[in-house]
Amino acid sequence: MKLEIRDLRAQIDDTPILKGIDLTMESGQLHALMGPNGSGKSTLSNVIFGHPSYEVTGGEILVDGQNILELETHERARLGLFMAFQYPVEIPGVTVGRFLKRAAEIRFGEEDFKASAFIKELRSWLDFMDMDQNFINRYLNEGFSGGEKKRMEVLQMLMLKPSFAVMDETDSGLDIDALRIVANGLNELRGPDFGGMVITHYQRILDYIKPDFVHIMYKGTIVTSGGRELVEALEERGYDWIRKQHGIEEEENEKEIVHEH
Amino acid sequence: MSTEQEQVQVEDYKYGFHFPDESVFKTERGLNEAVIHAISDHKNEPEWMREFRLESLRTFRAKPMPNWGGDLSGIDFENICYYAKPSEKQYDSWDDVPAAIKETYDRLGIPEAERKYLAGVGAQYDSEMVYHNIQQELKDKGVIFTDPETAVREHPDLVRKFFGTVIPYSDNKFAALNSAVWSGGSFVYIPPGVHVDVPLQAYFRINSQNFGQFERTLIIADEGSFVHYVEGCTAPVFATDSLHSAVVEIIALEGARVRYSTIQNWSSDVYNLVTKRGVAYKDATVEWVDGNLGSKRTMKYPAVWLMGEGAHGEILSIAFGGKGQEQDTGGKCVHCASNTSSVITSKSISKDGGIASYRGQIKVEPGLTNVRSHVECDALILDPESKSNTYPYMDIMSDDVSIEHEARVSKISEEQLFYLTSRGMDEEEASTMIVNGFLDPLVKQLPMEYAVELNRLIELEMEGSVG
Ligand SMILES: Nc1ncnc2c1ncn2[C@@H]1O[C@H](COP(=O)(O)OP(=O)(O)OP(=O)(O)O)[C@@H](O)[C@H]1O
Ligand SMILES: [Mg+2]
Repeated sequence: MKLEIRDLRAQIDDTPILKGIDLTMESGQLHALMGPNGSGKSTLSNVIFGHPSYEVTGGEILVDGQNILELETHERARLGLFMAFQYPVEIPGVTVGRFLKRAAEIRFGEEDFKASAFIKELRSWLDFMDMDQNFINRYLNEGFSGGEKKRMEVLQMLMLKPSFAVMDETDSGLDIDALRIVANGLNELRGPDFGGMVITHYQRILDYIKPDFVHIMYKGTIVTSGGRELVEALEERGYDWIRKQHGIEEEENEKEIVHEH
Repeated sequence: MSTEQEQVQVEDYKYGFHFPDESVFKTERGLNEAVIHAISDHKNEPEWMREFRLESLRTFRAKPMPNWGGDLSGIDFENICYYAKPSEKQYDSWDDVPAAIKETYDRLGIPEAERKYLAGVGAQYDSEMVYHNIQQELKDKGVIFTDPETAVREHPDLVRKFFGTVIPYSDNKFAALNSAVWSGGSFVYIPPGVHVDVPLQAYFRINSQNFGQFERTLIIADEGSFVHYVEGCTAPVFATDSLHSAVVEIIALEGARVRYSTIQNWSSDVYNLVTKRGVAYKDATVEWVDGNLGSKRTMKYPAVWLMGEGAHGEILSIAFGGKGQEQDTGGKCVHCASNTSSVITSKSISKDGGIASYRGQIKVEPGLTNVRSHVECDALILDPESKSNTYPYMDIMSDDVSIEHEARVSKISEEQLFYLTSRGMDEEEASTMIVNGFLDPLVKQLPMEYAVELNRLIELEMEGSVG
């Protein structure tokens, strides 16, 4: 699968957030997307999936050459796209088992769906994720701890085997063991038929998964792209370095706020 | 063949088919003494029951229509046929049931229920039991599960002792109407200490146009006994207004427990006005699980009167108010003894301009101690046109009382829909999943096949709701 984002612009409530994003990602590749809080990373993932709050004001998103901006969210999912949410929402009364069974039926086709094989696979991935078997009968995300919600996102990804996955800060809020488990999960999926974009603030997960490409987003644009060496530079020198490198000027009022603190 | 096709096309309502009306006896439309006599004659009733009916009719005429809980002005009492009897015979085995009736049941999944619950299927076709099957084991235990007509003939002492004692004919206008013209329903008696392990089920449906359904159910659980009675109902679509006005009385004697579960899905022209009440004596428990879908107006507030210490009452109410519908439902618990407790849980959904209202009352008589009550109402509103109301009444006359009341109104959130659609479900399926999830804590308490049926009915209600 090839995912091309071209000069993508999007706004929310008349406030422009994405100001011309260009990114090309393909199966077999793993991309990392970094950038300061509020730079627009989650907005980008939401727009890729057609979140109704965002208005696309320009550009296009192509999946294997097909513009998906006119497709509904579920149609995009059915192309094989998957998003691991930064803040997974609670769905009271809907059990993990029931929800995932339906999602798997849709993904793999109802004709070929075998309940027994599904359950068996679900159980083994639960073990892999070091999650209790009783999660199958719990209501989706309800009362889950922050880390459990993140593991649940990865579990779903392992079950649904997307062609391309966007993982929005899946590593945030995980303990050290969980971080390794999540990274292992992602590495299980990697291969020529899987592509992914990992949004993160931390080097640690990237040490485990070793992305092929790293992009830095700043105020709604990708200011620089490169290899893993970018991550180390960033870790050492912070976003100030990016600003200086790319000659980004702080706007006056923002400077004042910074000085007040 | 052509007639059947025509009938199946009547409406888009999924159960909106009906079969040729093969009633063999039918009263004229309208309500008067002659109709009462005709019913009583036809049923070959003893004089005391005839008198009871006539007295009820006088009370019905004297009582005003309720002026709360929804508009009932569409009911034309003179344009209703109060009694019809479809066939002469009761059947003990499925094989004996006539093909037309069987076909109706087939479509309702009755043979399925039959296979699963051979214990006792009481099925009502129009107002008469036509099919009745009680497992020998229950008979051996002394359990009586029959229609009330048979009970009047064969168990007059039990019937006279309890009939109309929980809900007197003077209780309200529709209880009076039912008392005057009742026909069909169930009579259940569980002897002391007997536990009935499988749910007793009755399935019935209206099958005559303009034919009101006035069934009467009386359940007596003797000391220390247990029974779960399940009633399901679905009606075909008719052009003119229909009236369903049932009375259900439960008596749970010392230490007994009775659970009564209903899912009703009336077609959208039916007025569904039902009086349900149970009394729980010392250490007894009465539980109502009451699901209401469809109908034009439903007014139904299952009640428990807690008469002895240690008694417990529980009411779970589920209501779905769709287009042009008003579900006015809830529950009532009256604490008449110390050390009693009650729980009312209500979940309602409104959609396409429908109205779902919770109306409930907790009453605590004076001079009692250690009384506890918990009321929880959750409403889910699916679109801006739809409405949900909450009318909780409290009438507390003792001090040592703990009463909790929680009410929540929610909408399906955009984030929930986005989450589910991002996993490949279309918006309609995602909404349905959320609605079923909203109901799940209550649905879990239903017997398996009723839980499945309720989920399916919700799916039907949700179809085409998102556009
Ligand atoms: N509903 C909204 N109304 C107004 N502004 C919004 C809304 N949603 C997002 N924004 C703004 O859009 C900008 C980008 O937010 P986004 O969540 O995409 O950032 P992010 O890069 O994912 O940040 P983080 O690293 O903190 O997750 C932020 O300034 C945010 O406040
Ligand atoms: Mg974010």
